[in-house]
Amino acid sequence: MKESVIAGQTLCYHCGNECLEDAHLFEEKTFCCTGCKSVYQVLNANNLCNYYSYNDHPGANRASTDARFDYLDDPEIIRDLIGYSDEKISIVTFYIPEIHCSSCIWLLEQLNKINPAIHYSRVDFLKKQVTIRYSNTGASLKQVVELLHRVGYEPLISLQDVIKKQDGSEKDYLVQTIAVAGFCFGNVMLLSFPEYFGLSGLEQSLKHFFGLLNILFSLPVVFYSGRGYFTSAWHNLRNKVLNIDFPLALGIAVLFVRTITEVYTRTGAGFADTLCGLVFFLLVGKFVQKKTYHHISFERDYRSFFPVAVQVIENNIEKPLPLSQLQTGHRILIRHNEIIPADAILLKGNALIDFSFVTGEAAPVSKTLGEIIYAGGRQTGQAIEMEVIKAVSQSYLTQLWNNEAFNRKDDNRIQTFSQTISKYFTIVLLVIAFAALFFWLPTDYKRGIAAFTAVLIVACPCALALSTPFTMSAALSIFDRNFFYLKNTAVVEQLARISTIVLDKTGTITTGESKSVNMVGQLNSLQKQLIFSACINSGHPLSRMICKYLGNQQKLHINNYFEIPGQGIIATLGEFHLRIGSSKMVLGIDNHAVQSTGVHVLINDAYIGYFEFIHQYRQGLTDIAALNPQYKLFLLSGDQDNERFELINFFKRQDAMLFNQSPQQKLDFINNLQSSGNKVMMIGDGLNDAGALKQSDLGIALTDNVNNFSPGSDAILDGRSLSKLPAFLCFSKDTVRIIHISFLISLTYNVVGLSYAVTGNLSPLIAAILMPLSTATIISFTSIATHLAAKKRKLS
Amino acid sequence: MSIIYFLIGCSILMALVFLGAFFWAQGNGQNDDLYTPSVRILLDDETDIRPKPEK
Repeated sequence: MKESVIAGQTLCYHCGNECLEDAHLFEEKTFCCTGCKSVYQVLNANNLCNYYSYNDHPGANRASTDARFDYLDDPEIIRDLIGYSDEKISIVTFYIPEIHCSSCIWLLEQLNKINPAIHYSRVDFLKKQVTIRYSNTGASLKQVVELLHRVGYEPLISLQDVIKKQDGSEKDYLVQTIAVAGFCFGNVMLLSFPEYFGLSGLEQSLKHFFGLLNILFSLPVVFYSGRGYFTSAWHNLRNKVLNIDFPLALGIAVLFVRTITEVYTRTGAGFADTLCGLVFFLLVGKFVQKKTYHHISFERDYRSFFPVAVQVIENNIEKPLPLSQLQTGHRILIRHNEIIPADAILLKGNALIDFSFVTGEAAPVSKTLGEIIYAGGRQTGQAIEMEVIKAVSQSYLTQLWNNEAFNRKDDNRIQTFSQTISKYFTIVLLVIAFAALFFWLPTDYKRGIAAFTAVLIVACPCALALSTPFTMSAALSIFDRNFFYLKNTAVVEQLARISTIVLDKTGTITTGESKSVNMVGQLNSLQKQLIFSACINSGHPLSRMICKYLGNQQKLHINNYFEIPGQGIIATLGEFHLRIGSSKMVLGIDNHAVQSTGVHVLINDAYIGYFEFIHQYRQGLTDIAALNPQYKLFLLSGDQDNERFELINFFKRQDAMLFNQSPQQKLDFINNLQSSGNKVMMIGDGLNDAGALKQSDLGIALTDNVNNFSPGSDAILDGRSLSKLPAFLCFSKDTVRIIHISFLISLTYNVVGLSYAVTGNLSPLIAAILMPLSTATIISFTSIATHLAAKKRKLS
Repeated sequence: MSIIYFLIGCSILMALVFLGAFFWAQGNGQNDDLYTPSVRILLDDETDIRPKPEK
């Protein structure tokens, strides 16, 4: 049996975490917690231990799971979650963030071995979804979810259901339209070749036949594949906007009409090949641009953070209630690690609320009875009872979403280069076309119409329309490789325009575990054991860090243990009395001289020393600080200002750092910066930054795990890549430059084509050569140039 | 030369069959998940083999 022992540490057989104590043993395997052990026991009992043979430590840590699924018996919630249901079977799709390896796929597709009522389960690995079909007689939704929980794959069920939204979104038939366009393009090319090489007199009847077939093939291309361009152009015209779709639609229409007339009047072969090729390449460009990240959602708001249901106490009976039905006056029960869904008054229990997600404040806050607790806090410790005073949608936190920033249409916020230029392009194009028409009209009206249509055909901005999508898709894949996920291609251009960078503190430039522990004072091995044995009982983050710092010590027997929430621990071990905690609790004085958080230790009334927790900032912070003065840097924190002295090294000016900011203040601050002409990029991580992220010109949500909750934003950045932010900024500017150059190239092609077109002598062969040639040049230039730029910025 | 009309008709018909097959596959959801099958094929069907002995 493989025992994973690395440098004296024992790793959990299930999840691979370091085991702090050896208490959880089963069949000679160590587990870090009872959660992991129970998963192993379930798998072992069902002969599913193969799970552990595909990968080492395939499981996810289960230390803090206290899941309750009673709300899944509620018919209303069931109806919302289930995808399909009849008398016999139900089909449901869950989003499971933990799916990460082949073991996950294997185990989740063997669920029927544990519960035969499950007919089948299918995993979609990239979307991190599992679709389960089960018989209604043998299992209920609750049982299915409980089974998933038991094997360590708890599905994420939230109000803003990710899966429902994906299914509900309009299915676009882009792939189908490309297939049709490609099919027609190939056939038309085949039928056009005889025309290029010249047909002998004998074969003239064939020429007309080929022409008719070409028209037949163009019909689906124009009316099925190309329909999107006509509707878009029409839509934009009605809104009095000239976008690139207008000249494209015009080009397609003119090509089609001229082909029909030429074939009908037997005056030429028409432009069916150019037409089909144009639509095909344009659609491919559209497809390339549309990058989808299946497992990332950019649209999350507070609803995906809140639970689906909450436990309500009515007449001393506890029952689950869907959050939408929660009203003022309801008594709710919040357990350890559960989120308070609405503003409420504390009625019973010791509340120690972790508001890090809402305010950015790192340490949990204790609340007294009768105090109002705002929604969004996470209770740590024992269960508490509360009375709801405001409905979910009216609470302090969710009111942020009523701000106008959230109702604004997103589309108009980012003006892309191609949108700007296509306006002028269209006007110039129309001027040249009509000039050619009126120049020839008095002498030769046929030639005038020929010149007019030829201009519209040749200048049809195919290459122009393709340069942005191909450059951007190459850029997006570069960003993607560096763990920077952009919502769409327009964000790249926006990134290049940024002049001001605003950073949140907690979670953004610091991480939850980025403090390093240092003991001031000497400890002998007995003292180490004593402190370890006392701290291992506490769930407080600082206690956990002390335990980790002290390493794997032998646990001593505790006679007496008492924890004052937010203050410290009092413990008796044999003849030793320990007081571990804040200076106020241990020494009775408020010590403000120590800037960083300190945990003091008193053994038998003798002061031993204190543990110092030094904030360590993310590695990238120095790199970002170097962006000053090229970019203006600001710090916007919801936390206290006790790190002001350490942070001044990075932000240089006192007035660039703002502390104690409420979510609304953050939003207003961004708004102020914008009204003085700055293009603001906001980098944040929590719900408290959601308003600022939305208001800013470019909101980036920073996260250590892209599957975790992150507020709605334009881009999601993995914490590991924060140091690459300066490179990202430079690279986005390179990308925009590449687009500009490729625009110039395609304009050159247009000018060459136009010089033929204005004379009215455009042969189909020249059009058929020019169009693919310019397209090929643009595609190869943009992708090569983008990759070279990425190499230059050390991003590839 | 009139055989060419027949040949062209045949070739278009065949191409249409393939286009139809693609549409069917697309509508049937066969192209929805292009990654998982590549992993699934490497997994064993039997479930009761014990974890591999020490490597």
